[in-house]
Amino acid sequence: MRNWPEATLHVVTGKGGTGKTTIAAALAIALAKNGHRTILMEVEGRQGIAQLFDTPPLPYEERKIAVAPGGGEVWALAVDTEDALLDYLEMFYKLRRAGSALSKMGAVDFATTIAPGLGDVLLTGKACEVVKRKDKKQDNAYDYVILDAPPTGRITRFLNVNGEMSGLAKVGPIKSHADSVMAVIASDQTAIHLVTLLEEMPVQETLDGITELEENNLPVGGIFVNMTRPPQLDAAQRAMAIAGELPQQEIELDISQSGLAPTPQLMEALLSEASDHAERVDLEITELERLTQLSRPIIVLPLLPSGIDLGGLYELAAIMTASGIGGE
Amino acid sequence: MTLDIDAILTNPDKNIIVCTGSGGVGKTTTAAALGLRAAELGRNVCVLTIDPARRLAQAMGLTELDNTPRAVVGISNESNSNGSLSAMMLDMKRTFDEVVESHSDPERAEKILSNPFYQALSSSFAGTQEYMAMEKLGQLRAQSQWDLIIVDTPPSRNALDFLDAPARLGSFLDGRLIRIITAPARGAGRGIGRIAALGFGIFTNVLSKLLGAQVLADVGNFVADIDTTFGGFRERADATYALLKDAGTEFIVVAAPERDALREAAYFVERLNQDSMPLGGLILNRVQEVPETGLTQDQILAAAQKLTAEGQGPLTAALLELHAQRMEIKERQKHLAMRFTAAHPNVAVQPIPALAQDVNDLAGLRQIGEALANQGITW
Repeated sequence: MRNWPEATLHVVTGKGGTGKTTIAAALAIALAKNGHRTILMEVEGRQGIAQLFDTPPLPYEERKIAVAPGGGEVWALAVDTEDALLDYLEMFYKLRRAGSALSKMGAVDFATTIAPGLGDVLLTGKACEVVKRKDKKQDNAYDYVILDAPPTGRITRFLNVNGEMSGLAKVGPIKSHADSVMAVIASDQTAIHLVTLLEEMPVQETLDGITELEENNLPVGGIFVNMTRPPQLDAAQRAMAIAGELPQQEIELDISQSGLAPTPQLMEALLSEASDHAERVDLEITELERLTQLSRPIIVLPLLPSGIDLGGLYELAAIMTASGIGGE
Repeated sequence: MTLDIDAILTNPDKNIIVCTGSGGVGKTTTAAALGLRAAELGRNVCVLTIDPARRLAQAMGLTELDNTPRAVVGISNESNSNGSLSAMMLDMKRTFDEVVESHSDPERAEKILSNPFYQALSSSFAGTQEYMAMEKLGQLRAQSQWDLIIVDTPPSRNALDFLDAPARLGSFLDGRLIRIITAPARGAGRGIGRIAALGFGIFTNVLSKLLGAQVLADVGNFVADIDTTFGGFRERADATYALLKDAGTEFIVVAAPERDALREAAYFVERLNQDSMPLGGLILNRVQEVPETGLTQDQILAAAQKLTAEGQGPLTAALLELHAQRMEIKERQKHLAMRFTAAHPNVAVQPIPALAQDVNDLAGLRQIGEALANQGITW
């Protein structure tokens, strides 16, 4: 079974430190598998994508940054509010030259500061423009658009542009722009994914975030559980490890068999690590149960001991494919 | 270089500690642990938190967000000291409301508080949280009830926002653009030349198209009401900023041994240097500790593989693999930490081992406090 068959726009959010950008990038690779074209967009001016893919800072221009297994392509675009506003002025008012003069005066900054919602409409609007864009053959220019979005605490406000616009212009182009953005975001063309770690705080924030998204009728996609420690021990062994009841003599014997000496240091290290690991895994299982109760797709990704580099992204992408994402 | 946190916490000349760093690195927990430890060492401490996890807040007895310091119960006085601990959560809107109320007569305050632009400004503006955190810090400092205030900084996009956002917001509110744009009747551009005035004309025009005339009118009313009573936003922000440069302040940068968090920490350290602000050191949370066994990762893995290949001792093989994984994680983390230290050799670094469990009571905070002060942690 494939998840979110209709969704073209995949929005990725998560609490700071959960690996939101990493997951968005791996998702862009997974969805590009077998000949698809995806684009990874970032909107917070952090140049996180460039750092992750180890490329120079991205300009406001769509660039190919990676390929996917089976002949897919991953493109990237870093959007900032200023560029998006200039685009918008050009599109609706043919004001590009005046626009750049205004931006030199600090006016663009000023406008988006007075009305923070304006910046969000422009950024989500850019994402929707990319979603709807057609190529010469009238096919979608990109099969999937992956948006590395603001963190969970701000995601509903960021996406719910109609709500944000309520204090702003109630008629005119910016209002119809917001309406057309909403028509994409609040439909099954969009899936909003949340990235979390199996710790109390990020899980709570995820649960709260999902409630808030649902209250605003925004389409929640899946939960990406990042940096888990795959259990090395089964439940019975974990209980023994925590109680300090692992069979020491047997382990010592095994170690001798393996060619190492069962020194007190080694034994002490293995047993204390086993107990630590068991506590951690038990905690993760408890937190995972809280997420499971939501009955949403959960994609579990491991902590990569070697850290996240380009190879790591492909590793995570392969796990996503195996969990029912893209790849058809 | 190691960090002597107790020397900072017990130094009577230090009255403000600012915990900063990127999101998700354990700033709030670190601030709370520092507060508890300082209190138990005899200081009268107030911890100003921004957005604590529910159970951490409960651990400190904060059940509601009411913008007032509350005494934390359960401080140990074993060392016969007379320390105390209070904690509060910042309510940015209420803090802003109070600032307005205390600087204007009731009638004008009412007018400002009901202005739609003020409501957006005080509840959802970028930078307001940082501005109000600084404002609250200034207030707590003025109350002289505490001899040490520990501030946990807002979860900003980047750590520098705590330093920059208040001044940015201040100059925006005091700025020329806001005045010219919001008072076209006064003649947009007196003294700025006709060509610039023309530019402003286009600008006002574009702005009304984008935002609607009502928004501009609200902003205009707000500026007019604030002007007569309040004085400069920028000045206020500058005054608190000066407090941060005071010798009584110490910055503690919090990071995790991950690339992004350390990059943020490096930016912040460089900035503190540049502005001659006092940096206590870097706290590196959640480091992977691995007991020394004299064996290399390869030797451990080879042994695990031998057992697996022979179909023997699956439990032991699993334990060996677990150990090897942890060695690899530690190596990567140390590599990242060493790169930081190579670039910033004068910054004291204190590694804090990863805990298997989340912290949700005073005992847990005390345990972190001990790790913060433990100069014998070899990592």
